[in-house]
Amino acid sequence: MSDKQLVLREIMGALEELGKRPVSVTMETSLLHDLSLDSVTALDFIMQLETRLDIIIPMDGMAEIETIGDLVGVLTRSTSKAA
Amino acid sequence: MLARFRALRSDLATVTAVGRDPFGVAFDAILSATEAILDGKRVLLLGTNNYLGLTFDQDCIDSAVAAIMAQGTGTTGSRIANGTYGGHAALEQRLARFLGRRHAMVFTTGYQANLGTLSTLAGRGDHLLLDADSHASIYDGAKLGNAQVTRFRHNDPDDLRRRLRLLADQPGEKLIVLEGIYSMLGDTAPLREMVKVKREAGAWLLVDEAHSVGVLGAHGRGLAEAEGVEADVDFVVGTFSKSLGAIGGFCAFDLDDFGALRVAARAYMFTASLPPSIIASVFQAIEAMEAQPQLRDILRRNGQHLHAGLAAAGFALGAKPSPIVSLPMPDSETAIRFWNQLLDAGVYTNLALGPATPGGRPLLRMSVSAALTPDQIDTAIAALTQTGQRLGLIAVGMAAAE
Repeated sequence: MSDKQLVLREIMGALEELGKRPVSVTMETSLLHDLSLDSVTALDFIMQLETRLDIIIPMDGMAEIETIGDLVGVLTRSTSKAA
Repeated sequence: MLARFRALRSDLATVTAVGRDPFGVAFDAILSATEAILDGKRVLLLGTNNYLGLTFDQDCIDSAVAAIMAQGTGTTGSRIANGTYGGHAALEQRLARFLGRRHAMVFTTGYQANLGTLSTLAGRGDHLLLDADSHASIYDGAKLGNAQVTRFRHNDPDDLRRRLRLLADQPGEKLIVLEGIYSMLGDTAPLREMVKVKREAGAWLLVDEAHSVGVLGAHGRGLAEAEGVEADVDFVVGTFSKSLGAIGGFCAFDLDDFGALRVAARAYMFTASLPPSIIASVFQAIEAMEAQPQLRDILRRNGQHLHAGLAAAGFALGAKPSPIVSLPMPDSETAIRFWNQLLDAGVYTNLALGPATPGGRPLLRMSVSAALTPDQIDTAIAALTQTGQRLGLIAVGMAAAE
Protein backbone atom coordinates (compact mmCIF):
# COMPACT_ATOMS: atom_id res chain seq x y z
CA MET A 1 0.00 0.00 0.00
CA SER A 2 1.37 3.42 -0.92
CA ASP A 3 1.84 6.13 1.71
CA LYS A 4 -0.99 8.06 0.13
CA GLN A 5 -3.41 5.12 0.26
CA LEU A 6 -2.43 4.43 3.85
CA VAL A 7 -2.97 8.07 4.78
CA LEU A 8 -6.38 8.15 3.06
CA ARG A 9 -7.47 5.00 4.87
CA GLU A 10 -6.49 6.53 8.20
CA ILE A 11 -8.28 9.79 7.36
CA MET A 12 -11.48 7.86 6.65
CA GLY A 13 -11.04 5.93 9.90
CA ALA A 14 -10.46 9.10 11.89
CA LEU A 15 -13.49 10.77 10.31
CA GLU A 16 -15.59 7.78 11.24
CA GLU A 17 -14.32 7.97 14.81
CA LEU A 18 -15.35 11.61 14.85
CA GLY A 19 -18.81 10.67 13.55
CA LYS A 20 -18.20 12.91 10.55
CA ARG A 21 -17.99 10.48 7.68
CA PRO A 22 -19.73 12.09 4.73
CA VAL A 23 -21.17 10.22 1.74
CA SER A 24 -18.04 10.89 -0.25
CA VAL A 25 -14.72 12.52 0.40
CA THR A 26 -12.62 13.95 -2.39
CA MET A 27 -9.31 15.75 -2.39
CA GLU A 28 -11.29 19.00 -2.68
CA THR A 29 -13.47 18.33 0.39
CA SER A 30 -13.04 21.29 2.75
CA LEU A 31 -12.49 20.51 6.44
CA LEU A 32 -14.30 23.68 7.49
CA HIS A 33 -17.11 23.99 4.96
CA ASP A 34 -17.89 20.40 3.96
CA LEU A 35 -17.00 18.53 7.14
CA SER A 36 -17.93 21.39 9.50
CA LEU A 37 -14.76 21.03 11.53
CA ASP A 38 -14.15 24.26 13.44
CA SER A 39 -10.58 25.29 14.28
CA VAL A 40 -10.37 23.24 17.47
CA THR A 41 -12.15 20.16 16.09
CA ALA A 42 -9.79 20.24 13.13
CA LEU A 43 -6.81 20.26 15.51
CA ASP A 44 -8.27 17.31 17.42
CA PHE A 45 -8.89 15.49 14.15
CA ILE A 46 -5.28 16.00 13.10
CA MET A 47 -4.17 14.83 16.54
CA GLN A 48 -6.06 11.57 15.98
CA LEU A 49 -4.26 11.11 12.69
CA GLU A 50 -0.91 11.80 14.32
CA THR A 51 -1.62 8.97 16.77
CA ARG A 52 -2.85 6.58 14.07
CA LEU A 53 0.19 7.18 11.87
CA ASP A 54 2.67 7.66 14.75
CA ILE A 55 3.90 10.97 13.39
CA ILE A 56 3.99 14.60 14.48
CA ILE A 57 2.52 17.47 12.50
CA PRO A 58 3.94 20.72 13.93
CA MET A 59 1.23 23.32 14.51
CA ASP A 60 2.68 25.78 12.02
CA GLY A 61 2.24 23.11 9.34
CA MET A 62 -1.47 22.93 10.09
CA ALA A 63 -2.22 26.44 8.84
CA GLU A 64 -1.90 25.30 5.24
CA ILE A 65 -4.44 22.49 5.64
CA GLU A 66 -7.81 23.49 4.21
CA THR A 67 -8.87 20.45 2.20
CA ILE A 68 -8.52 16.68 2.45
CA GLY A 69 -5.97 16.99 -0.37
CA ASP A 70 -3.85 19.40 1.73
CA LEU A 71 -4.10 17.01 4.64
CA VAL A 72 -3.07 14.03 2.55
CA GLY A 73 -0.06 16.03 1.31
CA VAL A 74 1.11 17.03 4.80
CA LEU A 75 0.54 13.56 6.27
CA THR A 76 2.24 11.79 3.37
CA ARG A 77 5.32 13.99 3.69
CA SER A 78 5.49 13.36 7.43
CA THR A 79 4.93 9.62 7.02
CA SER A 80 7.75 9.37 4.48
CA LYS A 81 10.06 11.34 6.80
CA ALA A 82 9.23 9.04 9.72
CA ALA A 83 9.87 5.89 7.70
CA MET B 1 -12.76 45.69 6.52
CA LEU B 2 -15.00 43.98 9.04
CA ALA B 3 -16.75 41.76 6.51
CA ARG B 4 -14.88 38.68 7.63
CA PHE B 5 -16.59 38.94 11.04
CA ARG B 6 -20.00 38.38 9.46
CA ALA B 7 -20.19 34.75 10.64
CA LEU B 8 -19.03 35.73 14.12
CA ARG B 9 -21.62 38.52 14.28
CA SER B 10 -24.31 36.08 13.24
CA ASP B 11 -23.20 33.61 15.96
CA LEU B 12 -23.29 36.39 18.54
CA ALA B 13 -26.75 37.46 17.36
CA THR B 14 -27.95 33.88 17.93
CA VAL B 15 -26.55 33.97 21.45
CA THR B 16 -28.01 37.37 22.35
CA ALA B 17 -31.40 36.60 20.76
CA VAL B 18 -32.19 34.44 23.80
CA GLY B 19 -31.66 37.31 26.26
CA ARG B 20 -28.62 39.21 27.46
CA ASP B 21 -25.22 39.38 25.84
CA PRO B 22 -23.20 36.97 28.01
CA PHE B 23 -19.97 38.48 26.75
CA GLY B 24 -21.00 42.06 27.45
CA VAL B 25 -22.48 42.00 30.94
CA ALA B 26 -22.15 45.47 32.53
CA PHE B 27 -22.62 45.58 36.29
CA ASP B 28 -24.14 48.69 37.87
CA ALA B 29 -21.99 48.21 40.96
CA ILE B 30 -19.74 45.64 42.62
CA LEU B 31 -20.75 45.31 46.27
CA SER B 32 -18.25 42.76 47.53
CA ALA B 33 -16.21 39.74 46.42
CA THR B 34 -19.47 37.80 46.13
CA GLU B 35 -22.21 40.26 45.18
CA ALA B 36 -22.94 42.89 42.54
CA ILE B 37 -25.84 44.93 41.20
CA LEU B 38 -26.95 44.13 37.67
CA ASP B 39 -29.91 45.89 36.02
CA GLY B 40 -30.87 47.27 39.43
CA LYS B 41 -30.95 43.79 41.01
CA ARG B 42 -28.59 42.16 43.50
CA VAL B 43 -26.79 39.12 42.01
CA LEU B 44 -24.59 36.47 43.55
CA LEU B 45 -21.22 36.20 41.81
CA LEU B 46 -20.35 32.62 41.00
CA GLY B 47 -17.99 33.22 38.11
CA THR B 48 -15.18 35.51 39.22
CA ASN B 49 -12.04 33.37 39.83
CA ASN B 50 -11.77 35.49 43.00
CA TYR B 51 -10.73 32.34 44.84
CA LEU B 52 -9.61 33.83 48.14
CA GLY B 53 -11.98 36.80 48.03
CA LEU B 54 -9.13 39.27 48.43
CA THR B 55 -10.48 41.99 46.12
CA PHE B 56 -12.06 43.71 49.12
CA ASP B 57 -9.35 42.85 51.66
CA GLN B 58 -8.93 46.04 53.70
CA ASP B 59 -5.15 45.74 53.97
CA CYS B 60 -4.81 45.27 50.19
CA ILE B 61 -7.03 48.30 49.58
CA ASP B 62 -5.09 50.41 52.10
CA SER B 63 -1.76 49.43 50.51
CA ALA B 64 -3.04 50.31 47.04
CA VAL B 65 -4.36 53.68 48.22
CA ALA B 66 -1.10 54.53 50.01
CA ALA B 67 0.90 53.62 46.88
CA ILE B 68 -1.28 55.69 44.58
CA MET B 69 -1.04 58.69 46.92
CA ALA B 70 2.73 58.39 47.17
CA GLN B 71 3.66 57.39 43.61
CA GLY B 72 0.79 58.38 41.37
CA THR B 73 -1.61 56.50 39.17
CA GLY B 74 0.70 54.86 36.66
CA THR B 75 4.21 54.30 35.36
CA THR B 76 3.33 55.61 31.88
CA GLY B 77 5.72 53.22 30.17
CA SER B 78 7.68 50.01 30.22
CA ARG B 79 10.38 49.19 32.73
CA ILE B 80 13.11 49.19 30.11
CA ALA B 81 12.14 52.71 29.03
CA ASN B 82 10.71 54.36 32.15
CA GLY B 83 12.62 52.43 34.76
CA THR B 84 11.77 50.02 37.53
CA TYR B 85 9.95 51.38 40.57
CA GLY B 86 10.95 50.11 43.99
CA GLY B 87 7.71 48.19 44.22
CA HIS B 88 8.35 46.19 41.04
CA ALA B 89 11.66 44.82 42.31
CA ALA B 90 10.32 44.26 45.84
CA LEU B 91 7.33 42.34 44.48
CA GLU B 92 9.57 40.15 42.34
CA GLN B 93 11.69 39.30 45.37
CA ARG B 94 8.62 38.70 47.54
CA LEU B 95 7.08 36.46 44.92
CA ALA B 96 10.30 34.48 44.48
CA ARG B 97 10.49 34.01 48.25
CA PHE B 98 6.85 32.87 48.39
CA LEU B 99 7.37 30.37 45.59
CA GLY B 100 10.75 29.17 46.87
CA ARG B 101 12.48 30.25 43.63
CA ARG B 102 15.60 32.28 43.11
CA HIS B 103 14.05 34.78 40.74
CA ALA B 104 10.74 36.08 39.49
CA MET B 105 9.83 38.38 36.66
CA VAL B 106 6.61 40.38 36.75
CA PHE B 107 4.51 41.03 33.65
CA THR B 108 1.61 43.43 33.20
CA THR B 109 -0.99 40.66 32.77
CA GLY B 110 -1.09 36.90 33.10
CA TYR B 111 -1.72 36.69 29.38
CA GLN B 112 1.49 38.62 28.73
CA ALA B 113 3.40 36.39 31.16
CA ASN B 114 2.72 33.42 28.90
CA LEU B 115 3.17 35.45 25.76
CA GLY B 116 6.56 36.77 26.87
CA THR B 117 7.85 33.61 28.50
CA LEU B 118 6.88 31.04 25.88
CA SER B 119 7.75 33.11 22.84
CA THR B 120 11.20 33.88 24.22
CA LEU B 121 12.27 30.82 26.23
CA ALA B 122 11.90 28.44 23.31
CA GLY B 123 13.60 29.79 20.19
CA ARG B 124 14.14 28.67 16.63
CA GLY B 125 15.10 25.00 16.56
CA ASP B 126 13.55 24.34 19.98
CA HIS B 127 10.31 22.49 20.65
CA LEU B 128 7.27 23.47 22.67
CA LEU B 129 4.97 20.66 23.72
CA LEU B 130 1.55 22.00 24.72
CA ASP B 131 -1.34 20.22 26.39
CA ALA B 132 -4.28 20.28 23.97
CA ASP B 133 -6.52 22.07 26.50
CA SER B 134 -4.02 24.88 27.10
CA HIS B 135 -5.26 28.41 27.69
CA ALA B 136 -5.30 30.78 24.71
CA SER B 137 -2.36 32.72 26.17
CA ILE B 138 -0.19 29.59 25.93
CA TYR B 139 -1.17 28.99 22.31
CA ASP B 140 -0.61 32.66 21.51
CA GLY B 141 2.77 32.69 23.27
CA ALA B 142 3.79 29.67 21.22
CA LYS B 143 2.56 31.32 18.04
CA LEU B 144 4.50 34.50 18.72
CA GLY B 145 7.79 32.62 19.01
CA ASN B 146 9.84 30.59 16.56
CA ALA B 147 9.90 27.17 18.21
CA GLN B 148 8.25 24.15 16.63
CA VAL B 149 4.94 23.60 18.43
CA THR B 150 3.50 20.17 19.12
CA ARG B 151 0.17 19.60 20.80
CA PHE B 152 -0.38 16.48 22.91
CA ARG B 153 -3.61 14.94 24.19
CA HIS B 154 -4.99 16.60 27.30
CA ASN B 155 -3.56 15.13 30.51
CA ASP B 156 -2.12 12.14 28.63
CA PRO B 157 1.46 11.32 29.73
CA ASP B 158 1.66 8.44 27.23
CA ASP B 159 0.86 10.71 24.31
CA LEU B 160 3.44 13.20 25.55
CA ARG B 161 6.00 10.40 25.86
CA ARG B 162 5.22 9.20 22.33
CA ARG B 163 5.71 12.68 20.91
CA LEU B 164 8.95 13.22 22.78
CA ARG B 165 10.17 9.89 21.41
CA LEU B 166 9.39 11.05 17.87
CA LEU B 167 11.28 14.28 18.55
CA ALA B 168 14.21 12.57 20.28
CA ASP B 169 16.48 12.74 17.24
CA GLN B 170 15.74 16.36 16.54
CA PRO B 171 18.13 18.94 17.96
CA GLY B 172 16.95 21.76 20.21
CA GLU B 173 15.56 22.06 23.70
CA LYS B 174 12.16 20.59 24.51
CA LEU B 175 9.86 22.56 26.80
CA ILE B 176 6.70 20.89 28.10
CA VAL B 177 3.89 23.28 29.06
CA LEU B 178 1.13 22.25 31.50
CA GLU B 179 -1.42 23.98 33.69
CA GLY B 180 -1.94 23.33 37.39
CA ILE B 181 -5.73 23.61 37.16
CA TYR B 182 -7.35 23.78 33.73
CA SER B 183 -9.71 26.73 33.73
CA MET B 184 -12.72 25.33 31.93
CA LEU B 185 -13.35 22.07 33.81
CA GLY B 186 -11.24 22.59 36.91
CA ASP B 187 -9.30 19.36 36.38
CA THR B 188 -5.63 19.15 37.38
CA ALA B 189 -2.61 17.89 35.44
CA PRO B 190 -1.29 14.41 36.38
CA LEU B 191 1.89 16.17 37.37
CA ARG B 192 3.86 13.28 38.87
CA GLU B 193 3.44 11.17 35.73
CA MET B 194 4.26 14.16 33.55
CA VAL B 195 7.42 14.80 35.57
CA LYS B 196 8.46 11.20 34.98
CA VAL B 197 8.11 11.71 31.22
CA LYS B 198 9.99 14.99 31.44
CA ARG B 199 12.89 13.31 33.24
CA GLU B 200 13.04 10.40 30.78
CA ALA B 201 13.25 12.81 27.85
CA GLY B 202 15.59 15.32 29.47
CA ALA B 203 13.07 18.06 28.71
CA TRP B 204 12.22 21.27 30.56
CA LEU B 205 8.89 21.78 32.31
CA LEU B 206 6.80 24.93 32.66
CA VAL B 207 3.63 24.84 34.75
CA ASP B 208 1.07 27.60 34.51
CA GLU B 209 -0.36 27.82 38.02
CA ALA B 210 -2.77 30.69 37.19
CA HIS B 211 -5.75 28.93 38.76
CA SER B 212 -3.82 26.94 41.37
CA VAL B 213 -1.63 29.49 43.19
CA GLY B 214 -3.41 30.27 46.44
CA VAL B 215 -5.65 27.28 45.85
CA LEU B 216 -3.51 24.11 45.96
CA GLY B 217 -0.59 23.04 48.14
CA ALA B 218 -0.07 23.39 51.89
CA HIS B 219 1.28 26.91 51.38
CA GLY B 220 -0.73 27.78 48.28
CA ARG B 221 2.17 27.43 45.86
CA GLY B 222 0.04 25.43 43.48
CA LEU B 223 -0.21 21.93 42.04
CA ALA B 224 3.55 21.34 42.01
CA GLU B 225 3.64 21.88 45.77
CA ALA B 226 0.55 19.71 46.30
CA GLU B 227 2.14 16.89 44.28
CA GLY B 228 5.60 17.31 45.84
CA VAL B 229 7.37 17.88 42.51
CA GLU B 230 8.43 21.53 42.70
CA ALA B 231 12.08 20.62 42.14
CA ASP B 232 11.17 19.16 38.75
CA VAL B 233 9.28 22.24 37.57
CA ASP B 234 11.72 24.61 35.89
CA PHE B 235 9.40 27.56 35.30
CA VAL B 236 6.26 28.61 37.14
CA VAL B 237 3.94 31.02 35.37
CA GLY B 238 0.99 32.62 37.11
CA THR B 239 -1.29 35.56 37.46
CA PHE B 240 -2.24 38.19 40.03
CA SER B 241 -5.78 38.40 38.70
CA LYS B 242 -7.30 35.40 40.45
CA SER B 243 -6.34 34.43 44.03
CA LEU B 244 -4.36 37.65 44.43
CA GLY B 245 -7.32 39.81 43.43
CA ALA B 246 -5.70 42.34 41.09
CA ILE B 247 -4.04 42.10 37.66
CA GLY B 248 -0.61 41.12 36.40
CA GLY B 249 1.40 37.99 35.78
CA PHE B 250 4.74 36.42 36.57
CA CYS B 251 7.29 33.79 35.72
CA ALA B 252 9.43 32.34 38.54
CA PHE B 253 12.51 30.16 38.09
CA ASP B 254 15.95 29.23 39.46
CA LEU B 255 18.11 30.01 36.43
CA ASP B 256 20.51 32.89 37.03
CA ASP B 257 20.92 33.93 33.41
CA PHE B 258 17.19 34.30 32.89
CA GLY B 259 17.53 38.09 33.19
CA ALA B 260 18.25 38.32 29.46
CA LEU B 261 14.54 37.81 28.96
CA ARG B 262 13.99 41.34 30.23
CA VAL B 263 15.57 42.64 27.06
CA ALA B 264 14.26 39.92 24.77
CA ALA B 265 10.62 39.24 25.71
CA ARG B 266 8.50 41.58 23.64
CA ALA B 267 5.45 41.20 25.91
CA TYR B 268 7.62 42.55 28.76
CA MET B 269 9.53 45.20 26.85
CA PHE B 270 6.85 46.85 24.77
CA THR B 271 4.08 47.42 27.28
CA ALA B 272 3.64 49.69 30.27
CA SER B 273 4.58 48.17 33.62
CA LEU B 274 2.07 47.63 36.42
CA PRO B 275 1.05 50.79 38.31
CA PRO B 276 2.23 51.24 41.92
CA SER B 277 -1.26 50.65 43.37
CA ILE B 278 -1.52 47.20 41.79
CA ILE B 279 2.01 46.27 42.81
CA ALA B 280 1.21 47.30 46.39
CA SER B 281 -2.07 45.40 46.60
CA VAL B 282 -0.53 42.24 45.11
CA PHE B 283 2.37 42.46 47.59
CA GLN B 284 -0.16 42.72 50.41
CA ALA B 285 -2.29 39.91 48.95
CA ILE B 286 0.73 37.56 49.12
CA GLU B 287 1.09 38.51 52.78
CA ALA B 288 -2.62 37.84 53.33
CA MET B 289 -2.43 34.52 51.50
CA GLU B 290 0.48 33.39 53.68
CA ALA B 291 -1.03 34.68 56.92
CA GLN B 292 -4.44 33.11 56.33
CA PRO B 293 -4.02 29.50 55.20
CA GLN B 294 -7.56 28.91 56.46
CA LEU B 295 -8.83 30.74 53.35
CA ARG B 296 -7.69 27.74 51.29
CA ASP B 297 -9.59 25.36 53.58
CA ILE B 298 -12.76 27.46 53.28
CA LEU B 299 -12.30 27.59 49.50
CA ARG B 300 -11.91 23.81 49.34
CA ARG B 301 -15.01 23.31 51.48
CA ASN B 302 -16.98 25.75 49.33
CA GLY B 303 -15.97 23.89 46.17
CA GLN B 304 -16.99 20.58 47.73
CA HIS B 305 -20.26 22.11 48.97
CA LEU B 306 -21.28 23.34 45.51
CA HIS B 307 -20.11 20.15 43.79
CA ALA B 308 -21.95 17.88 46.27
CA GLY B 309 -25.13 19.98 46.10
CA LEU B 310 -25.24 19.85 42.31
CA ALA B 311 -24.40 16.14 42.20
CA ALA B 312 -27.20 15.45 44.71
CA ALA B 313 -29.58 17.44 42.50
CA GLY B 314 -28.76 15.05 39.68
CA PHE B 315 -26.37 17.10 37.57
CA ALA B 316 -23.63 15.20 35.77
CA LEU B 317 -20.38 16.92 36.72
CA GLY B 318 -17.18 16.51 34.77
CA ALA B 319 -14.24 16.88 37.12
CA LYS B 320 -13.65 16.06 40.78
CA PRO B 321 -14.57 18.75 43.35
CA SER B 322 -12.45 21.85 42.88
CA PRO B 323 -12.97 25.62 43.11
CA ILE B 324 -14.07 25.42 39.47
CA VAL B 325 -17.34 23.61 38.95
CA SER B 326 -18.56 23.20 35.38
CA LEU B 327 -21.84 21.80 34.18
CA PRO B 328 -21.63 20.25 30.72
CA MET B 329 -24.60 21.43 28.63
CA PRO B 330 -26.23 19.29 25.94
CA ASP B 331 -26.08 22.08 23.34
CA SER B 332 -25.32 25.78 22.99
CA GLU B 333 -28.98 26.82 22.96
CA THR B 334 -29.65 25.12 26.31
CA ALA B 335 -26.44 26.58 27.72
CA ILE B 336 -27.48 30.10 26.72
CA ARG B 337 -30.98 29.67 28.14
CA PHE B 338 -29.59 28.17 31.35
CA TRP B 339 -27.18 31.07 31.79
CA ASN B 340 -29.93 33.66 31.21
CA GLN B 341 -32.48 32.02 33.48
CA LEU B 342 -29.90 31.64 36.22
CA LEU B 343 -29.12 35.32 36.01
CA ASP B 344 -32.86 36.07 36.20
CA ALA B 345 -32.77 34.04 39.43
CA GLY B 346 -29.91 36.25 40.70
CA VAL B 347 -26.86 34.04 40.08
CA TYR B 348 -24.05 35.12 37.77
CA THR B 349 -21.99 32.35 36.15
CA ASN B 350 -19.77 32.09 33.07
CA LEU B 351 -21.17 30.85 29.79
CA ALA B 352 -18.42 28.98 27.93
CA LEU B 353 -19.02 27.99 24.32
CA GLY B 354 -16.89 26.20 21.75
CA PRO B 355 -14.29 26.44 20.42
CA ALA B 356 -12.98 27.87 23.73
CA THR B 357 -14.06 24.74 25.64
CA PRO B 358 -12.60 21.21 25.65
CA GLY B 359 -13.98 19.36 22.63
CA GLY B 360 -16.01 22.48 21.77
CA ARG B 361 -18.74 21.37 24.21
CA PRO B 362 -20.78 24.16 25.85
CA LEU B 363 -20.36 24.61 29.58
CA LEU B 364 -21.89 26.55 32.40
CA ARG B 365 -18.77 27.38 34.33
CA MET B 366 -18.70 28.44 37.95
CA SER B 367 -15.89 29.28 40.32
CA VAL B 368 -16.28 29.56 44.07
CA SER B 369 -14.61 31.97 46.45
CA ALA B 370 -13.55 31.62 50.07
CA ALA B 371 -15.68 34.71 50.64
CA LEU B 372 -18.91 32.83 49.82
CA THR B 373 -20.97 31.79 52.83
CA PRO B 374 -22.63 28.35 53.07
CA ASP B 375 -26.01 30.11 52.77
CA GLN B 376 -24.95 31.80 49.53
CA ILE B 377 -23.85 28.44 48.11
CA ASP B 378 -27.17 26.87 49.13
CA THR B 379 -28.98 29.74 47.39
CA ALA B 380 -26.92 29.08 44.25
CA ILE B 381 -27.58 25.31 44.38
CA ALA B 382 -31.34 25.96 44.72
CA ALA B 383 -31.34 28.35 41.74
CA LEU B 384 -29.26 25.95 39.63
CA THR B 385 -31.50 23.02 40.56
CA GLN B 386 -34.70 24.88 39.71
CA THR B 387 -33.25 26.06 36.40
CA GLY B 388 -31.96 22.59 35.58
CA GLN B 389 -35.37 21.10 36.29
CA ARG B 390 -37.17 23.75 34.25
CA LEU B 391 -34.94 23.02 31.28
CA GLY B 392 -35.34 19.27 31.70
CA LEU B 393 -31.66 18.64 32.43
CA ILE B 394 -32.37 16.97 35.75
CA ALA B 395 -35.40 15.18 37.10
CA VAL B 396 -37.73 17.05 39.45
CA GLY B 397 -37.42 15.78 43.01
CA MET B 398 -34.00 14.20 42.44
CA ALA B 399 -32.44 16.14 45.33
CA ALA B 400 -35.21 15.11 47.69
CA ALA B 401 -34.72 11.46 46.77
CA GLU B 402 -31.02 11.52 47.70
